[in-house]
Amino acid sequence: MSTTAVEPQYKVLIGMEIHVQLATKSKMFTGAANGFGGEPNSQVDPVILGLPGVLPVINKRAVEMAMMVGLALNCEIAAQTKWDRKSYYYPDLPKNYQISQYDQPLCGPGSMELPLSDGSSKTVRIRRAHLEEDAGKLMHEAGMTESLVDLNRAGTPLLEIVTEPDLNSPEEARLFGEELRRICRYLGVSHGIMQQGHMRFEPNINLHIYHNGKTIKTAITEVKNLNSFRSVERACSYEIQRQLAEFLANPEVVPSQGKSTRGWDDDKGMTLLQREKEEAHDYRYFPDPDLVPLHVAPQWVGDIRAGVVELPIARRKRYQEKFGMSAKEAFSLTEERDVADLFDRAAALGAPVRRLTNLFLGPAAKMANEAASAEAATVLISDLPVTAQQYAKLAELIESGGISATSAVPIFEYLVKNLDADPAEAARELGLVQVRDQNQTEAWVMQAMAANPQAISDFKNNPKKKQASLGFLRGAVMKASQGKADPKLVGEILEARLNAAEHES
Amino acid sequence: MINELSAVEVRNKIAAGEVTAVAAAHASLSAIAQGDGQLHAYNAVFADRAVQRATAIDQARAAGKPLGLLAGVPIALKDNLCTTFGATTCSSKMLKNFHSPYDATVVKKLEEAGAVILGKTNLDEFAMGSSTENSAFGPTHNPWNTQCVPGGSSGGSAAATAARMCAASLGSDTGGSIRQPASLCGIVGLKPTYGLVSRYGLVAFASSLDQIGPMTRCVEDAALLLQVIAGHDPLDSTSWPEPVPDYLSDLDKPLEGVRIGLPAEFSGEGIEPEVSSAIAKAVDFYRSQGATVVDVHLPHTKYGIAAYYVIAPAEASSNLSRYDGVHYGHRTARPENLFDLYAASRAEGFGPEVQRRIMLGTYALSSGYYDAYYVRALRVRQLIKQDFDRAFEKCDFIACPTSPTVAFELGAKSGDPLQMYLCDVFTVTCNIAGIPGMNIPCGFSQAGLPIGLQILGPTFSEQRMLRLARMYEKNHEWHTRKPKGFTNP
Repeated sequence: MSTTAVEPQYKVLIGMEIHVQLATKSKMFTGAANGFGGEPNSQVDPVILGLPGVLPVINKRAVEMAMMVGLALNCEIAAQTKWDRKSYYYPDLPKNYQISQYDQPLCGPGSMELPLSDGSSKTVRIRRAHLEEDAGKLMHEAGMTESLVDLNRAGTPLLEIVTEPDLNSPEEARLFGEELRRICRYLGVSHGIMQQGHMRFEPNINLHIYHNGKTIKTAITEVKNLNSFRSVERACSYEIQRQLAEFLANPEVVPSQGKSTRGWDDDKGMTLLQREKEEAHDYRYFPDPDLVPLHVAPQWVGDIRAGVVELPIARRKRYQEKFGMSAKEAFSLTEERDVADLFDRAAALGAPVRRLTNLFLGPAAKMANEAASAEAATVLISDLPVTAQQYAKLAELIESGGISATSAVPIFEYLVKNLDADPAEAARELGLVQVRDQNQTEAWVMQAMAANPQAISDFKNNPKKKQASLGFLRGAVMKASQGKADPKLVGEILEARLNAAEHES
Repeated sequence: MINELSAVEVRNKIAAGEVTAVAAAHASLSAIAQGDGQLHAYNAVFADRAVQRATAIDQARAAGKPLGLLAGVPIALKDNLCTTFGATTCSSKMLKNFHSPYDATVVKKLEEAGAVILGKTNLDEFAMGSSTENSAFGPTHNPWNTQCVPGGSSGGSAAATAARMCAASLGSDTGGSIRQPASLCGIVGLKPTYGLVSRYGLVAFASSLDQIGPMTRCVEDAALLLQVIAGHDPLDSTSWPEPVPDYLSDLDKPLEGVRIGLPAEFSGEGIEPEVSSAIAKAVDFYRSQGATVVDVHLPHTKYGIAAYYVIAPAEASSNLSRYDGVHYGHRTARPENLFDLYAASRAEGFGPEVQRRIMLGTYALSSGYYDAYYVRALRVRQLIKQDFDRAFEKCDFIACPTSPTVAFELGAKSGDPLQMYLCDVFTVTCNIAGIPGMNIPCGFSQAGLPIGLQILGPTFSEQRMLRLARMYEKNHEWHTRKPKGFTNP
């Protein structure tokens, strides 16, 4: 008897747990510096080391940053929150318990509007978000029989955000991660540098399979500690296929209701079982007697709410609705808050928004990309030494016909290399002030036509290539003029000449 | 002799130039040299450092610099208070060689006030016990009878203070560990309101119950030490943020029309007749001074020990999980793997009572048992607090025995944990409720062993509590008696 070859109908359910390291100056429960680098065990103090007699003290700024994220995710902020000890033994956890929040998280239920790749969006429900402290790191060096412990990371404030299983594909899981990173960067609560583990993702995945009129729910698996968006998407895809295959191999076996934990091997591109449900830890949670419950006054929440900036999704909508940008343009410009802020400042100076958009996404984006180097892996448009005033003036110059759009590129390069230069002076300096002289333009047109007989022949004889050859010749004229010609005038003269040539033959 | 002076007296004499701080330090150090071989009150004595500090005090005085409240006063510290000098062992093999890189807040405050720290005193391992027999370094003996225990867990501080081997000392009290040894050694011991004294640098046993407090030979010294160590500490989230009242100025003013409550639950069965009668006489004294004596009820007292022996071990099991052989403290010699490193280091480093309490606490916090034990114990805790709240509507202070018995012989209870746990029957509810409690000497048994009166008051009533204690002390001489053989000849 052959097994069924038809893949059954199924629905993917993914809920995400995300750990965000908060970029506070000091650690979650002590004044030791919160930062990376330096010698191992240099960012520590007696509290981080878990020495006898030490006590934790709450970092107010970490609570405020957590509240900002909670408010951005439309979460309820608890009026009273408390701290609990989560016990487990591991050498990177000096106290052998982690201070966390068990049953009274700072941020309660909320939701996030997640933009999808087709331009639509969906709502992802947030279950909760709570504060806790990070652990240190174990280092296993090749050839050594012992492991080394570095506690620099220990005690870093962590915000753990838990979603409902509202993500229905690996792509949605990745998009969610990316959007959350943007939100955290917008709020200034995290640098969001994935390679440094600023954000770590743990998707919980299972399938609802429709089989013989019944819905079979596969056992949930949690994939631990993913630190890139690509690995989130790949791990989810792998798990979906693995769970599906497991079901197909034995469709009549009722899946267990427990949750198992799996690790992701990025090289092999597969998940590996770490822990079955039966082996689940008993964390022996209980309220930390060293910390008093935290009362969050409405006034405090109000102050923090007032400081929550316009989020990426709202900004994208504004750019599309107010500035008439395409979804893609709005998405690109709002990717980084600093870039969008720069754009808004230039726009506020009255610059024509279409020209400004083209400047940002054209020459500015190109220059930023090219500026990236080994030292600075990413250079943002806002990192270039061009001010909002310069952007505004340059956009004006294009709009008014003072220079051609093509000339914007060399002028922009000039602005990057010459601090505080005036765009109009730069145009003069580079000889890029637009030329509207009839005779000069005619001369450029004739030059371009002489150099491109094939294009003229196409224009005359091949109706299918008529438009293309016209465009090509227009470009050739602009090139001949070194970008100084007025494109409008070029178009008029070129068309007149070509039409004349057509009638001549 | 200088070592027999109270802390206030020695401070005043040093300030007046009648004795030097160096002489005071030497007097205590020689008392230790002569007597501590029999008592084993100290785990460590810092003779050179003490003399250096005393010299600095004398020089400061000679230079006309202002002197602190405790300038030149020789003080002993329970060996669960972190010091940058010497080891901080908690009388445990686990921390035998542990040297703290920081000083406890109380240690800083003492030294800023000019105290001369003599050494660290013995205790039941990690403060778990009522006899100081659970020390990994051997028991402390009671100076009134070296066959007897000094009580515990602050038995070393109590014995050193009673034997004039220091002017005063600090202890810590989680379920009676200051008051019970104070009672058994015939000295004054005060457990402050939870939060009055910073716990930063006190090696935690049960965080929600632990408090540091003075152990002294008179009430005035207790007031003086409390004045120095009390106050808000930004490093302790549970410390009280209000200013510290003046405990000294009005100390000698008797309380007018004070109402003293006698709880029925703190009398009767299990109390030695000599103890009962001494307490009754003390209460009679207060009545004679114009106090009103009223009956009060603390109906949930009978659940106190049970609740305590769930809450304290639960917190301890978590607090002591950091002693794992990985980062510091005792590590087993040749672990086979990580689990073995943990298990063997802890099995070798902790004594039986500590292991017993870790197991009790771990069990109580385990999934499936948490509600039945820990949550229930917290409910009892609320009820006990309510009992006291109601009682303090009818009275200002409660008077009762500190310990149901006088000091018992070494080994008498050490084989039976439950018998030992019952030593705390009158002291634990005070910690559970977070209220202050104090022991003052109120008599001696036929056998010459001290008896202690316990005074309990509402939260932050230390100022009036000390005055109440002083009223009694001024009219009695118990506190002036000295154990024979442990004073300078």
